[in-house]
Amino acid sequence: MTRYVKYIAAAFLAIMLGAATAAEDPTRVAFVYVGPISDHGWTYQHDQGRLAVEAALGDDVVTTFVENVSEGPDAERVIRQLAATGQDVIFTTSFGFMNPTVKVSEQFPDVTFGHATGYKRTDNLTTFSSRFYEGRYVLGQIAGRMSESGIVGYVASFPIPEVVRGINAFMLGMQSINPDAQIKVVWVSSWFDPGKEGDAAKAMIDQGADVITQHTDSPAPLRVAEERGVYAFGQASDMIAYAPNAQLTAIIDDWSGYYVSQIEAVRAGTWESSDIWGGFNTGMVAMAPYTNMPDDVAAMAQATVDKISSGELHPFQGPLYNQEGELVVAEGETLDDGTLAGMNWYVKGIEDTLPSSN
Amino acid sequence: MDTFTAIFLTVVSASTPLLIAALGELVVEKSGVLNLGVEGMMIIGAACGFAAAITFDSLIMGFIGGMVGGAILSYFFAVLVLNFATNQVATGLALTMLGLGVSGLIGEPFAGVTIQSSPMEFLSFVGEIPVIGPILLGMDPIAYIGFALLIGVAWFLNSSRAGLILRAVGDSPTSAHTLGYDVLRVRLYAILFGGACAGLAGAYLSIIYTPFWAREMTAGRGWIALALVVFASWLPFRLLVGAYLFGAVTILQFHAQGAQIAIPQQFMASMPYLATVAVLVIISASRNRAKANTPASLGRVFVPDR
Repeated sequence: MTRYVKYIAAAFLAIMLGAATAAEDPTRVAFVYVGPISDHGWTYQHDQGRLAVEAALGDDVVTTFVENVSEGPDAERVIRQLAATGQDVIFTTSFGFMNPTVKVSEQFPDVTFGHATGYKRTDNLTTFSSRFYEGRYVLGQIAGRMSESGIVGYVASFPIPEVVRGINAFMLGMQSINPDAQIKVVWVSSWFDPGKEGDAAKAMIDQGADVITQHTDSPAPLRVAEERGVYAFGQASDMIAYAPNAQLTAIIDDWSGYYVSQIEAVRAGTWESSDIWGGFNTGMVAMAPYTNMPDDVAAMAQATVDKISSGELHPFQGPLYNQEGELVVAEGETLDDGTLAGMNWYVKGIEDTLPSSN
Repeated sequence: MDTFTAIFLTVVSASTPLLIAALGELVVEKSGVLNLGVEGMMIIGAACGFAAAITFDSLIMGFIGGMVGGAILSYFFAVLVLNFATNQVATGLALTMLGLGVSGLIGEPFAGVTIQSSPMEFLSFVGEIPVIGPILLGMDPIAYIGFALLIGVAWFLNSSRAGLILRAVGDSPTSAHTLGYDVLRVRLYAILFGGACAGLAGAYLSIIYTPFWAREMTAGRGWIALALVVFASWLPFRLLVGAYLFGAVTILQFHAQGAQIAIPQQFMASMPYLATVAVLVIISASRNRAKANTPASLGRVFVPDR
């Protein structure tokens, strides 16, 4: 009997010790970034999320990151390296990391993965993105009010659904103010090339655009707008420091809440793979302060944000026509998330020809 | 400013860094050394130039800083390939990686800062000249320095005694050595000149072109400069044509897109490279013509006592 007690006590002790070490063992979280954390845009905002995780969970987490990872074979190597060296949670934060993340997640079932802006999930790979298009609709409305020439220049990166959706939302917002507004789209085939992005902005300003917006990551188009005396919007983060007289507002990606909740779920053991697509209502998308515009334009923009947030307004609500003029969404209906996620067509009024993304 | 002037000025600013970096590399290759580290020296120039411009609050100090930064990095390359006779290709590639890394370190405190560049005031009278007046006025000083450098390099290589020695060193270092010329010293000067040019081109990118510092902001322009030297078949004035062709195609494809002209942009983007391949084919089709300008011992290690 005493021997029994001894065994039970020893087992108990072992469990206690195990539990104690588990509690002291911090969750190791790694982030894979496509750009430099100093880009003051997309990657910068993700890194702000990482810092928020550190601030919220303190000693319970150890975070690390790899920046400037190119969207190719290198990405898989980096992700596997992180998974193999004891990271518990790995977030990959660019669309092009999708397939490598899926592949590594299947090889490391005990590691939790999160991929931003993708659509492929596994049991231990979750996806998340923001409904940036809600913000772009608001930018479109502001551009509709602020542009005198009615021509807006759009510096675009690659013809993936995310970008096409943004262009469409912007156009719909602008058309809601000025039905005759035109949009010029220039594809620079890069997420981050300050020289090219700036040159594209210059080309469109020379062709009469007086508001510039972008779906690339550097502040170069804003700088060009500042120099040429036209308006522009910041990308992914508040870029007012680069263009104090040109920035009207910016769509801010706020990933902090999402990252913190994911890590808390992992630690609590309640984590499961899901698809989070948050908009204004979740705080994942926010607008920078409205600057360089009259008060009534700012008030209109804020009213639109509130309407989208409450669900009263959907940027893609019918009647909605495609470029060929065919009715895509009937009056009173809205475009479903599946179609939005794979959007590869322009709405009516955009004269650009969508480059093939294959 | 009319559209033509505006487009032309954008082309000039896109071409200038390519021209300056390629001119430096042309001199290096004419001395028989292949330095593949142009991208690295350019990005170091961009970081050092921007840092100097902000620290000393002077654009001129910025350009000097960029040149010094590029030259210092190229000095490492020179020590390795000249004194230790390392493989030039491998060392050049290593230089690019080193430059990309170190530039991030140098530029880190300056991320998020911008420079207010002012247009030239002292030439305001030329603005009165029709057609070319606004173009002359609109070009920045570095574009003029690029032209001056082009004329200087062409004169140096073709008409000066020192240029003749440099070409001799590049064609036949053994003969030059036998004649009593210090091959390694000539090559060192050429490499430092190439570094300074790449640094200046990089500083132009961060100080005038964008103008801000961002990591990897050269985005492959150093490699284009390398391709340009081959495109120009080592002739300085063809380099001018090449640089402006690259610049013009880049800018014009944006204008074509903005004007909804249906040319596939991937095709336009690959145009300059197709042109380079075409030139390579033409050069190699006629062996004599190719040999006339190609430095005969390009990329070959020379050790004086061997």
